[in-house]
Amino acid sequence: MDTVTISEKVEKFVSTLGKPLDESRNSAYQHLLGLDFPTSRDEYWKYTRVGKISKGGFKLPTTQSERINLNDYIVANDYLVIENGIIRSDISQYSKLNFDIEFVDGESVQQFDNKVELNKDDIFTALNDAYFSKAVQIKISQNKVNEGPLQIIYVEQGEGFVANNRIQIIAEKSSSNEIIQTFVSKDGSSNFVNHLAQYYVEENAQLTIHTVQNQAETTSLVSTTQVKQEANSTFRINTITMNGLLIRNNINIAVEGQNCETYMNGAAVTKGKMHVDNHTFVDHQVSNCMSDENYKYVLGDQSTGVFNGKVIVRQDAQVINAYQNNGNILLSDQATVNSKPELEIYADDVKCSHGSTTGQLDEDAMFYLQARGISKDGAKQLLVSAFINEVIDSFSNPQLIDLVERLIEKEHGWSF
Amino acid sequence: MSKTLLDIQNLHAEIEDEGKAILKGLNLAVKAGEVHAIMGPNGAGKSTLASVVSGKDGYEVTDGSVSMDGADLLEMDADERAKEGLFLAFQYPVEIPGVSNINFLRTAINEIREYRGEETISAKDFMAMVREKSAVVEMDPKLASRSVNEGFSGGEKKKNEIFQMAMLNPKVAILDETDSGLDIDALRIVASGVNKLRSENNAIIIITHYQRLLDYIVPDYVHVLADGKIVKTGDKNLALELEEKGYDWITDEINA
Repeated sequence: MDTVTISEKVEKFVSTLGKPLDESRNSAYQHLLGLDFPTSRDEYWKYTRVGKISKGGFKLPTTQSERINLNDYIVANDYLVIENGIIRSDISQYSKLNFDIEFVDGESVQQFDNKVELNKDDIFTALNDAYFSKAVQIKISQNKVNEGPLQIIYVEQGEGFVANNRIQIIAEKSSSNEIIQTFVSKDGSSNFVNHLAQYYVEENAQLTIHTVQNQAETTSLVSTTQVKQEANSTFRINTITMNGLLIRNNINIAVEGQNCETYMNGAAVTKGKMHVDNHTFVDHQVSNCMSDENYKYVLGDQSTGVFNGKVIVRQDAQVINAYQNNGNILLSDQATVNSKPELEIYADDVKCSHGSTTGQLDEDAMFYLQARGISKDGAKQLLVSAFINEVIDSFSNPQLIDLVERLIEKEHGWSF
Repeated sequence: MSKTLLDIQNLHAEIEDEGKAILKGLNLAVKAGEVHAIMGPNGAGKSTLASVVSGKDGYEVTDGSVSMDGADLLEMDADERAKEGLFLAFQYPVEIPGVSNINFLRTAINEIREYRGEETISAKDFMAMVREKSAVVEMDPKLASRSVNEGFSGGEKKKNEIFQMAMLNPKVAILDETDSGLDIDALRIVASGVNKLRSENNAIIIITHYQRLLDYIVPDYVHVLADGKIVKTGDKNLALELEEKGYDWITDEINA
């Protein structure tokens, strides 16, 4: 038998969690022990240090039964509440919704893993695999159009927990629906949310995922999203981050069928010492597809932003249109951003573009607005909202946009 | 006698980073109901005067005073000056993608009203006002709902400046090279808009390089600004003389 050297950091991290109780998790646990937390020497994590997470000390949550008032955050008739990674069907309501929703582990989860593969070498994936409580599995049946939307509210409560959310969604052939994910805090602090999502978009299906991230300012979030698209499908993912300590979003999309469309929109509005890192990866494996990406950051105080958008166009994937845009506004001298677009193109009949701009608010525009009687703060708000509105508009659902605007006002004092 | 609306005394100003003096003891008093034209060669300080009076960053006032209807403008931020009733029509109106003309003007009007302790304007009254005031410069009201100046032609941008002036109803308006980039039709429309806005209660300062605009907006006084000072003042005939003879004879006259 091979002896595995366990990294000190991993050993310390799992020491407060204990071995998973469930026998079936043993192999996942053993696999986890063979991995280590990434460092800045790791290219994929170059600009994001995970010390705030790898320091450990987190505990596993236990099932709660208190009611939680989430009225401020509910934007859909059908919603599922997940508290610290544990499903709270007792305070959820979605009975009228025509989706098949199940809470599963073991073989059902692994079967889905065969459809949408995980990156087994990623420590956060391994951690989730070893410790998630139950996975939410949603099947959107063939031809189901405009059900819902279903809102999933991930709420953190208490202090020092690690929440391992696991969600697996299959959008069957010719279905077209939206899922809203809202990450919120109710008196939560210093938690770590480790979110793992897998989406399988079948032939001719359309799936839209809206994600609103508003953790406590001491809570970190790593969200890993694995997507597989079959022919003629459309996948949209919109993400906005407004609060949290360290937020890292990994979105990996394998486009395996022809005539697919892929849209990624993102915005980050930061303050204090927030760190927001969006890593996206679109793998164009076949011909005749398009992907369009637009991420915008508004960075205040001493916060940092990271954007890394990678597109690969494989050798036989002809007639691909891939667009990527990243715009950043630095509101303070201490805010920083690292922006890295990566295009790897092996095919020859391809249209790809990327642009990245970083700057301060346009001084001439500021003066123009002020010269009309608008205060400096008001002018700033107008320009910032103009800058990120095209991303916010992509949320398209009016109740959701209203929630986003309320949260921006609450967290950043800006009314749009 | 009508009251002095804008009173500039011994104004000295320099560009902040360069420490280069641009205005060197400028005096100008403008009374209610008057239109003053400020002409002068390139580099005389005309646009700097507009920037300094309206409160643009990047200039340092080293001496002198600027007051409007008794209020000390130099103590105020640019937006407060506007709230007090100062208006600057920009030589190069800025394009602001994503901010609609209407949204920003309504924000401005409501901030100004709040500052003056007045009630904010209702959406209905505001839209009625947009329709009425866009007619002043024959501007298509549809332009009002577009992003500020984005994709506007040169003429549309200048019309938009005067439209905003009509909406904000300032005490003192400074029109900085409003005639530049205008064809003759647009010039006529813009000038007629300005004439409609002239009243006994406001004052207009026209900064221009050419006499052409003054055929349409007839000034009460014409000043020549050279080397940071007003070096000559006359009536509208001075503008004609300048058009004919250029500026050299004045600078020669001063140096003589």
